[in-house]
Amino acid sequence: MRMLRHALTLAAILLLFAALVLAMLDLPMPDTPLAGITQRHLGDSGVSHPVTAVLLNFRAYDTLLEIGVLLLAAFGTLALRMASDETPIPTASNADSVLTGLVHLLVPLMVMLSGYLLWAGSHRPGGAFQAGAVLAAAGLLLRLIGYWRPPLPPSVLMRAGLLLGFLVFLTVVLAAPLSGAVLATYPQAWASELILVIETALTLSIALVLLSLFGAESGAMQR
Amino acid sequence: MNLAPWSFDLLLAVLLIGLAWRLLASPDLFKAVVLFIVFGLLMTLAWARLDAPDLALAEAAIGAGITGVLLLDAVGHLRRRQRPPEEGP
Repeated sequence: MRMLRHALTLAAILLLFAALVLAMLDLPMPDTPLAGITQRHLGDSGVSHPVTAVLLNFRAYDTLLEIGVLLLAAFGTLALRMASDETPIPTASNADSVLTGLVHLLVPLMVMLSGYLLWAGSHRPGGAFQAGAVLAAAGLLLRLIGYWRPPLPPSVLMRAGLLLGFLVFLTVVLAAPLSGAVLATYPQAWASELILVIETALTLSIALVLLSLFGAESGAMQR
Repeated sequence: MNLAPWSFDLLLAVLLIGLAWRLLASPDLFKAVVLFIVFGLLMTLAWARLDAPDLALAEAAIGAGITGVLLLDAVGHLRRRQRPPEEGP
């Protein structure tokens, strides 16, 4: 009986797969002019990488709302964690010595890599999200060896860091309508500097947001 | 016709589907999470093959890295919840 059920499920999956493949082959090739338009206006955006230009200049409003969503996720997680019981964290005395030695080597490199990714976002793949994720991973390694962990309830510095990216971005985006332009228009001469400032603040905030999402300690790693 | 890139793409697609099936059917949660991290890394390769380097970077950092560690956290949390009845006070 189980074999029949498995065979029927497999047949249904294969049918759906075939239907999806046929539907996909039937789609027309996308020929939107967006790529050409982006390339043409790349010089006005302040960066030389089209993805960064779209994310942080042409569609800055969407990125602002994304950061807002990340912030809401951090708020929810922190609130839930403060309401539940406190679990023990690794201290420096019971941390693995090999891991500690490795982290001493890795964390400076990761901080440097994060800075490079932030800077490289203006002319190659990179940018604030990737740099923030690398920085969050470095912070997580520090937490695993018991060196530092985000304080709970969050300290003033932690709260300021969490909010910094969103507030800086919001300020720049709202500054345009106050001087009569359309929302999220950057002044032409300062576009690249503004993007760098926004991305730096975003990197710090994203790293702190991702760090706040981690609650349990190294019990998972020790199986 | 150049066969080598096509065979690599086909292998990648088959590996992705096979890995997804294995990790969903695995009864051991830790093994499933490790397979999920491997799946994230293969997905990074897929994005790179589709000429999307920014997506590949984001997938490696966030999909494989952050989500993988979050799931490991959850597995550890579940394990600790189940352990107290055996250990006592």
